Amino acid sequence: MKKLWNVFFAFAKIGGFTFGGGYAMLPMLQREVVEKNGWATEEELMDYYAIGQCTPGIIAVNVATFVGTKLYGFWGAVFATLGVVFPSIVIITVIAAVLSNFADLVWVQNAFAGIRVCVCVLIFNAVVKLYKGAVVDKITLGLFLLVFLLMTLLDLSPVLFVVVCGLAGLLIRALQQKKGGEGK
Amino acid sequence: MIYLILFWEFFQIGLFAVGGGLATLPFLSELGSRRGWFNENDLADMLAISESTPGPIGVNMATYVGYEQGGILGGLVATLGMVTPCLVIILFVAKFLQKYRESRIVNDLFYGLRPASLGLIAAAGFGVWLLTFVPMGITGGLLGTLAAVEWKSVVLAVLLYFLIKKTKKSPILFIVLSGIIGATVFPLLEGLGL
Repeated sequence: MKKLWNVFFAFAKIGGFTFGGGYAMLPMLQREVVEKNGWATEEELMDYYAIGQCTPGIIAVNVATFVGTKLYGFWGAVFATLGVVFPSIVIITVIAAVLSNFADLVWVQNAFAGIRVCVCVLIFNAVVKLYKGAVVDKITLGLFLLVFLLMTLLDLSPVLFVVVCGLAGLLIRALQQKKGGEGK
Repeated sequence: MIYLILFWEFFQIGLFAVGGGLATLPFLSELGSRRGWFNENDLADMLAISESTPGPIGVNMATYVGYEQGGILGGLVATLGMVTPCLVIILFVAKFLQKYRESRIVNDLFYGLRPASLGLIAAAGFGVWLLTFVPMGITGGLLGTLAAVEWKSVVLAVLLYFLIKKTKKSPILFIVLSGIIGATVFPLLEGLGL
């Protein structure tokens, strides 16, 4: 039971300090899940993100469920998910109840301008950290740049990229295997 | 029975919104007009609050709508409705993945998936960068762009970068720190015309 509460609190911490959606959660996940608790590796985290992007639902919740399941099965998933949504429920309920002009407050806007700068730096660091595990050769470098450019320039669905690149991975590996086999 | 309705409506959004918090927007907009719970203006306000408070945006939106319609319990029920499909689907995927983790086909799949996933994260990060450092957008050539850059944000970013590298402390510390700097130093600098 204590183990499950540890999962809950770790994910509550992650949820409580994620500003700006699932991607902004990555630095907190790396810190709490990978570095501090050793619950998953950087590569696994990236796999969860890849799957979380093409399965329905909120990416942050998907990743929490993944880590929870890996640790302690069903109840691990439930505690991780409840943990990650807990701060939102409390904070939003308070704001909806008493502070409905919260987003218009000048000091909130200023504080958020500062926080967003921090999120930029944190996401940059997170991408640099994950780069080694994801970009292992010229082909994966090409896929990374292609997805980055297309996603930046065009307004396409992330699902498309995940599906196409997954299939591309299968195909390329199969071709490499064949080539390698002929060489022997 | 408002709680059942809330659960069911958000269960559907959780089931069909693929690709993260912002993907819930079109569904929420449709829900608002169909049930008459909120209009597009309310939705924009809720989004502003969801983005300037911690937590996943989709969860924040669900809690907000749920609270407005059914109080504290309503917020809770809407959020649970939204996360239930994720929980069930990922439980199955995770079990499957654990079983076939070492298989070649899963490994080959992730060979292509990882750079794609990272590309998506980098693109989302780049979008936040533009919004933060050049909030007015890139227009008017190089000089116009340089003039539009939020230099105080750039300076803070560089400082944070080296501070994080050097101290390796938790992101929480830096988020709190930059929130305080934003609330205190930024308005001062703006007062000085920077």
